[in-house]
Amino acid sequence: MTIPQVPLAALDTVWFQVAGTVCNLACTHCLVSSSPTNRTHEGMTLAEIRPYLEEAARLGAREYYFTGGEPFLNPELAPILAAALVQGPVTVLTNGVLLSSERSAELRRIADASRYSLDFRVSLDGLDAPTNDAIRGTGTFERILRGVRNLSDAGFVPVLTVTTASPAAATAEGRERFLDLLRGLGIARPRLKILPLFRIGAEVGRGGPYEAWQRLSGDEIGAEGFDHLQCSSCRVVTDQGVWVCPILVNDPTARMGATLTDALGPYPLRHAACWTCHVEGATCRT
Amino acid sequence: MPDVSGRSRPPRLGGLPDHRGRATWGEKLVPLEEFRRAAARAGRELDDEARAAAARAFSAHVPDAVPVEGPYRRIVVFGGVYSNHRALTALLDEARRLHVDALYCLGDLGGFGPRPEAVWPLVVDAGVRTIQGNYEQALAAGAPDCRCGYTDPRDNRFAEISYRYTAERSSPEFRAFLGALPAHRRVRVGTREILLVHGSPRRVNEFLFESTSPVPFLETLCDRAGADAIACTHTGLHWHRPLPSGRDAINVGALGRPANDGTPLVWYAVVEDRGGALGVELRPLRYDHAALASEMRTEGLPGEFVETILTGWWTTCLEILPARERAASRF
Repeated sequence: MTIPQVPLAALDTVWFQVAGTVCNLACTHCLVSSSPTNRTHEGMTLAEIRPYLEEAARLGAREYYFTGGEPFLNPELAPILAAALVQGPVTVLTNGVLLSSERSAELRRIADASRYSLDFRVSLDGLDAPTNDAIRGTGTFERILRGVRNLSDAGFVPVLTVTTASPAAATAEGRERFLDLLRGLGIARPRLKILPLFRIGAEVGRGGPYEAWQRLSGDEIGAEGFDHLQCSSCRVVTDQGVWVCPILVNDPTARMGATLTDALGPYPLRHAACWTCHVEGATCRT
Repeated sequence: MPDVSGRSRPPRLGGLPDHRGRATWGEKLVPLEEFRRAAARAGRELDDEARAAAARAFSAHVPDAVPVEGPYRRIVVFGGVYSNHRALTALLDEARRLHVDALYCLGDLGGFGPRPEAVWPLVVDAGVRTIQGNYEQALAAGAPDCRCGYTDPRDNRFAEISYRYTAERSSPEFRAFLGALPAHRRVRVGTREILLVHGSPRRVNEFLFESTSPVPFLETLCDRAGADAIACTHTGLHWHRPLPSGRDAINVGALGRPANDGTPLVWYAVVEDRGGALGVELRPLRYDHAALASEMRTEGLPGEFVETILTGWWTTCLEILPARERAASRF
C-alpha cells in the first residue's frame, strides 16, 4: 500500500505553538486537548522564538501564525508579535476570553507600528450560550463576544472561527446567522471561517475517533498536486522543535527536526487526521 | 508561562483527562517524559553544512523556457479589466501620449462589467500582449464558476451572477482566444528582466496583497523566478515594493474596478528603464465611469456592482481582503 509523500513546495506559513498546550479553557473538541493542566508542549519565550523567525525569513516565509493553547497566556506575547510583525503578517488564534479593552488597545499600537497585517481569529461554537458553552465552558459565550467587540472597537476586523460541531456551520443559512450575530454586536465588517473537526485529542471523547477506513493511501492521491494540503506549505514550531503541521503536535512521531531547515523534506500522509485535510479540504490558515 | 492550573479553574473539565505529568499521544495518555523522549528521537537533525545546502536548494532558481520579450525602454502594464471597455479605451489613449513601446495585460479581461466581448477588438487592435487570469482559464475551460473560491455565501452569489453574465455573452471564438493566451511572460526593460504573472509566480489565483507580501517572501519569489522584478494583478489593489536586493515587486492593481478607496479612479503601471534601474510608476486613470455605470444598469447587472463603479468602494468579494486592507475598507 502506497502512502503519498507531500513535498514542501514553499515555507509560506510558520506556526508557533506559543502557549504550548496550556489553555484557560478545556473545550470538548480540542484537537490538541489543550487545558490548564496539559503541558505536553510548554509556552515559548521571545528568546526561543527569535532564531526561528530569522531562519523563517531566510527561507522566504510569507506569514506567521500564533496558536496554543491560548496565546494570551504567554506573558511575552506582545513583544513576540511585534518581533514577528517586523518581517511579515501575523495571525493570532485565540479563544477571545482574555481580550480586554486595554489589551486590545495595546495590540492596536503593535499593529500600527508594522506595515504588515495583524489579524485575529476568535473561536465560537454556537449561535447561543447553551450551544457554545456546552463545548467551550460555562459563561464563555458572553466573554468571547465581549472579546470580539473589544478587538473591533480597537479597529480590528477579527475572523470568527466556528467548527462543524455547531450544526449551523454546515449550511449557508447558518453561516449567514453567524454573520448576523456579529452585525448585531455592531460589527460592520463581519468575517467568518468554518473548520471541520479533527477526530483526535479531546474530540475522540466527544464525537468519537476516526474509523479504520479513514486513511489515505494509493497512487491516485496527489495526481492533482498537493496545493490543497497545508503540509505542502507550512511547518509548526513548538518548544520541542519543528512539527509537520499544527494538527499533529500531539504525535511525537510527527516531529521533523530541531530547525525549520531540518524540516524542509517531504512528509507522508500516514495519520488519520490527514484524511480530514484531504477529503474535507481543511486548512488552518484563514 | 504562568501556571494557570491552580488559580484559574477551567469552566469545565468534566470527563476530560487530567494532564498533570502526562501527555496526550494520539488517543492515549502517556507519561510526559515518554512523549518528550519519543519526540526528541523523531525527525532529522542536519549538521551546519547540510543545513546551508538544504536552504540554498530550497530557494534555488527554477529555469523557465519562456522567451524574454524586449528589451523595451518604457511599457504599460495593467490587469483586472473586468469588461471595463471604457477604462481600457481611456488607457489606450493615454498610452499613445506616453510613447510606450508595448502594452501588457496581466489577465482577467472579463467579469463584473458589461458586454464582455467589447474589450476584445480593443486589445487586439492595440497589440496588447495578454496573459491568462483565472477568469480566462475558467471561461476557456467552460468551468462552472470563476474559481475565486469564496466561502461567504453573499460573495458567492455575486460571483455567480457576474460569471454567468460573462459566460453567456462569450462566444466560442472569444473563449478560444482567451484559451490560447500564455500563462505568464517575461520581458526586459532596459537590462532588467520582469516576470509577468496574474496572481503570483506559483498560482494564477494566489493573492499578493501589500500587507501580506513581506520582503523575505518576495525576495525568495524573485530568487526562484530568476527575475529582477515580478509584476502581478488579481487582488484589485495596486502597490509597489522596492526590495533590499534592488529588485522590485509590483502589483499593477485593476484597470476595471476602483481601488476600494472612495474614488472612481482606476490604476495601471508605467515601467521604464532609468539608467539600468527600473522606474515604476503606479498611475491613476480617470475615465467616463458614469457612462459605464449607466451601461451596467441597462445590462441589468447588480446595483451593488454599479455602486462600486460610482463610489469607488467595493461592495462584494470583500472576504479576500487581509486584515489591514479590510480595516481600510468601507464595507
